[in-house]
Amino acid sequence: MRFSEAWLREWVNPPVDTQQLADQLSMAGLEVDAVEPAAPDFSGVFIGLVQAIAPHPDAAKLRICTVDVGQGDPLQIICGAANVAEGMRVPVATIGARLPGDFKIKRAKLRGVESFGMICSAKELGLAESSEGILPLPADAPLGEDVRAWLALDDHCIEVDLTPDRGDCLGLAGLAREVAVINRSPLTPPAIEPVAPACDDRFPVSLAAPQACPRYVCRVIRGIDPTAETPMWMQERLRRGGIRAISPVVDVTNYVLLELGQPMHGFDLARLSGEIRVRMAAAGERLALLNGEEAELREDTLVIADAERPLAMAGIMGGADSGVGDDTRDILLESAFFAPLAISGKARSYGLHTDSSHRFERGVDPELQVRAIERATALLLDIVGGTPGPVHETSSAEHLPPRRPLQLRERRIAQVLGLELPAESVEDILGRLGMDLERSDEGWTVTPPSARFDLVQEVDLIADVGRIHGYDRIPVSHASASSVTKSAPESGFDLDRARLALVDRGFHEVITYSFVSPEIQALVEPGVETLQLANPISAELSTMRTSLWPGLLQSALYNQSRQQDRVRLFESGLRFRVTPDGLRQELGIGGLVAGGVAPEQWDQKARPVDFYDLKADVEALLSLTGAAGEFRFVPGEHPALHPGQTARIERNGEAVGLMGMLHPSVAAKLDLDGDVFLFELDILQLDEGVLPRYRQISRFPAIRRDLALLVDEGVTYGAIDACIRAAEPELLRELVLFDVYTGENIDSGRKSLALGLILQSSSQTLTDEVIERTVGRILDRLTTELGARLRD
Amino acid sequence: MAENTGLGIASLRDAAIEAIAGATDLAALDQVRVRYLGKSGEMTALLKRLGTLPAEERPAAGQEINRAKVAVQEAIDARKGALEQASLAARLAAERIDVSLPGRGQQPGGLHPVTRALRRIERLFANSGFAVAEGPEVEDAYHNFEALNIPEHHPARAMHDTFYFDADRLLRTHTSPVQIRVMEEQKPPLKIIAPGRVYRCDSDLTHTPMFHQVEGLLVDENVSFADLKGVLYDFLTNFFERDLALRFRPSYFPFTEPSAEVDIQCVICGGSGCRVCKQTGWLEVLGCGMVYPEVFRHVGIDPDRYLGYAFGMGVERLAMLRYGIDDIRLNFDNDLRYLRQFA
Repeated sequence: MRFSEAWLREWVNPPVDTQQLADQLSMAGLEVDAVEPAAPDFSGVFIGLVQAIAPHPDAAKLRICTVDVGQGDPLQIICGAANVAEGMRVPVATIGARLPGDFKIKRAKLRGVESFGMICSAKELGLAESSEGILPLPADAPLGEDVRAWLALDDHCIEVDLTPDRGDCLGLAGLAREVAVINRSPLTPPAIEPVAPACDDRFPVSLAAPQACPRYVCRVIRGIDPTAETPMWMQERLRRGGIRAISPVVDVTNYVLLELGQPMHGFDLARLSGEIRVRMAAAGERLALLNGEEAELREDTLVIADAERPLAMAGIMGGADSGVGDDTRDILLESAFFAPLAISGKARSYGLHTDSSHRFERGVDPELQVRAIERATALLLDIVGGTPGPVHETSSAEHLPPRRPLQLRERRIAQVLGLELPAESVEDILGRLGMDLERSDEGWTVTPPSARFDLVQEVDLIADVGRIHGYDRIPVSHASASSVTKSAPESGFDLDRARLALVDRGFHEVITYSFVSPEIQALVEPGVETLQLANPISAELSTMRTSLWPGLLQSALYNQSRQQDRVRLFESGLRFRVTPDGLRQELGIGGLVAGGVAPEQWDQKARPVDFYDLKADVEALLSLTGAAGEFRFVPGEHPALHPGQTARIERNGEAVGLMGMLHPSVAAKLDLDGDVFLFELDILQLDEGVLPRYRQISRFPAIRRDLALLVDEGVTYGAIDACIRAAEPELLRELVLFDVYTGENIDSGRKSLALGLILQSSSQTLTDEVIERTVGRILDRLTTELGARLRD
Repeated sequence: MAENTGLGIASLRDAAIEAIAGATDLAALDQVRVRYLGKSGEMTALLKRLGTLPAEERPAAGQEINRAKVAVQEAIDARKGALEQASLAARLAAERIDVSLPGRGQQPGGLHPVTRALRRIERLFANSGFAVAEGPEVEDAYHNFEALNIPEHHPARAMHDTFYFDADRLLRTHTSPVQIRVMEEQKPPLKIIAPGRVYRCDSDLTHTPMFHQVEGLLVDENVSFADLKGVLYDFLTNFFERDLALRFRPSYFPFTEPSAEVDIQCVICGGSGCRVCKQTGWLEVLGCGMVYPEVFRHVGIDPDRYLGYAFGMGVERLAMLRYGIDDIRLNFDNDLRYLRQFA
């Protein structure tokens, strides 16, 4: 809602300046978004009268005007506007005038003819974004008067961004009441006297949907002057309220909209047939709207119809062929109350949003309609004349919103606000807000004004008490409420710890959108069902990710294309998997590495990162569970990964994650350079951690025996590790793999592994005999199960 | 002392000492030691020759030899010490390095600035006893709207720019539905914060379609707006580590009443007016209020017995103010040159 400060001050004029007024509004919950001057600075512009016009001898488009500006001799001014005419009153910037943009008017010669000023357009005065020709002023504009003073341009436009509960402030009257309450200033609204009917004409009205429209007020006005023009002062107030002047009938209804908050509509009486029927639309009915579009109506839409057809979408927009036009003589003014629930969401559903729908959705005072139509009639008669009929009200009392009294408990105010307010203050505040109060046992029975749709519960009244008293005056309490001891499962997976572990291992955290492009999704997880947004920002952001990899890959690409070749990234977040049991939103942590294994360095040999580098990072995360030994890396497969370098990570046979090298063909499609390695872990599967359990440290020495084994190339280290541990669960403390070798001196198809066995007993020093027996047993088992033999 | 044993002790001693002085390394020195003092060394041989002397001369000669041996031994020890010193000094000199050369190995990465701010927020609220709660990001309309007293077609719902999947499923537009889920599952007293991703169908210079919020909720028998002011005052001054002026402006949220928007004195200009605060001196940083009774009724909490407060803040906004970031979109480009600045 935008309005003229000067206009507001006609209603209420507290002794505060513009900025203070704006601050007061904001602090009362009516947030001021902008305070702007009603017009930019200019000076030296006076009302002039064009006495004569002569053609310019050397320029077809220029004319030589003789303009009386009410002081001294008439001025010769060259004007290029097509609409300048003899006898017209116009704004004249005289020599020495300063126009907006610090444009100084000087004596000038145009094509050899002298000009002593400039006739201004609305745009040149900063009163319009654009204008065609000069600004014609009305015939009664006083000759020689300063235009700035005459239009009262030393004013401000104030824009308030109202919350949806404060429909009552979508008119100057409501805002003025708030300002009066805040400042304890008297409210001085313009007198709204009933306009006596001068004829008996009534147009019949029937309310076929009284719950949606319980009150419809209208009035016939016959014989208006279609050539009349809206007075400048009204045009200016509309302009400062952000509304363009169109024609007197439309302007007056808009003026009342801004002033009282009542949306109104004017019909051309000649185009109405039979009666006004306020009814629900029939499905498929069509209505050509004022904005030039045609709507196909639904049954849930309230319309104003006549005997034959819908005329307007009630409370939203009028129809194109029943509105007031240039030749309209007789009009029917409408001032109705439409229930918020009947209007809510409807405009939007048709792709519309109007000043009218905005107000009806939020609630227009159901007791305002008659006053508004009287106000509009009086304003209109002053401009276009005509013969008014009687105010014709049709209403359904049972469907009008009741003014329901609310119980307000005195002690509840203190409980909710944390502030003890004397009863007199409460009564004072609510009284000033226009509520009816009656003292009750525990407090008061309060009946809010009809315009306040937001006051439906006791706490709404308490909020208003707090608001007017001032939130700033509510104390700041540091009393902590009962403390609730939080549970803190120690064995759960600590995501924060995991993030820090990766950070310490050189990873940067990224946060990528949870929706990705369908192309990259299909590239990374082909054939996986996804959840699609019905209304995405763009196709690029339309598919809910099922993996963290698309975002990581895109981040890697973004950085590679900015000369950041060494990339170590991770992200944690939800993945959205469509399963037969419904959607699963699974928390995961994933990472990507590419480029050098370490930052480029003067001494260390540069080497690209590989599978085992990333595996160490993944193992570090797994070890945070305290149960590193429960996880196995087994050969796995994934369409986006290299088939020979993919590991499924398992815990007790259940997959908990995946890691591997990005498939070279996927990397090529993405334009990624070099080998890229990825991992992703399901955090839910890691959540079951193991608490540390102390074991006594052996007092006896540990001994080490190294073995060089030969096995077939297909035998995995995992199998050897498992075999050894199974063979000697008791004495084996540690198993170290310190070399893997193929090549010279090894038969092809075989490989050599060098292992260190660290043996220790908790009860004795191991003798050579025990050691030999143990190692022998391990070797036997390796031989039987895996075909291993000792290397000579 | 005159030497007249005829054994040549003095000259042998002098020769030995000269040889010791001439030894330039430990190996040479050891050879000298063996030559003179070893089992078959020259000075050891002198002792064997004592027997050739007359008996009365022997004690004096024996002492003489021993003195010479001690002198030689001392000379060896001294020389050895000196040679060791020199050798150590040489080694140390040889091992001098340029300590200004860069270290070897991995360099730490960093947390995303939004996570950095989130951790800070979580930690500050944890200090005051708030537990972290989480909820789904794909929500149903009931939890995101209806249970929060935002019925269908309510103007407030239109303001949310919601991403939909179908008639009922959507991406949560705020973290407030976590309030509902917590209250559905737990009984008061409740004291939680709910951090997480939220989504709005809005993308321009100052909006990204995904961002982060932290919701707070406290429900107990005795909670007031004054307590809410207290907890937010403590949080904001601690978050920015300075004593800030705060402004509680009445506002409207369908799920709280009274409701307020909280402005802090601009942390960029200190309140004198700048581009960031649009010359107002104030920055809006969060919304809050007392839980609306209707919300309690939706989750079966008696609104006459319990009161509660709730608040919600945008994490990107706080992070940007804290770290001086001027473009929200940077947060989702994930440019390493940006991310490294928060390591």
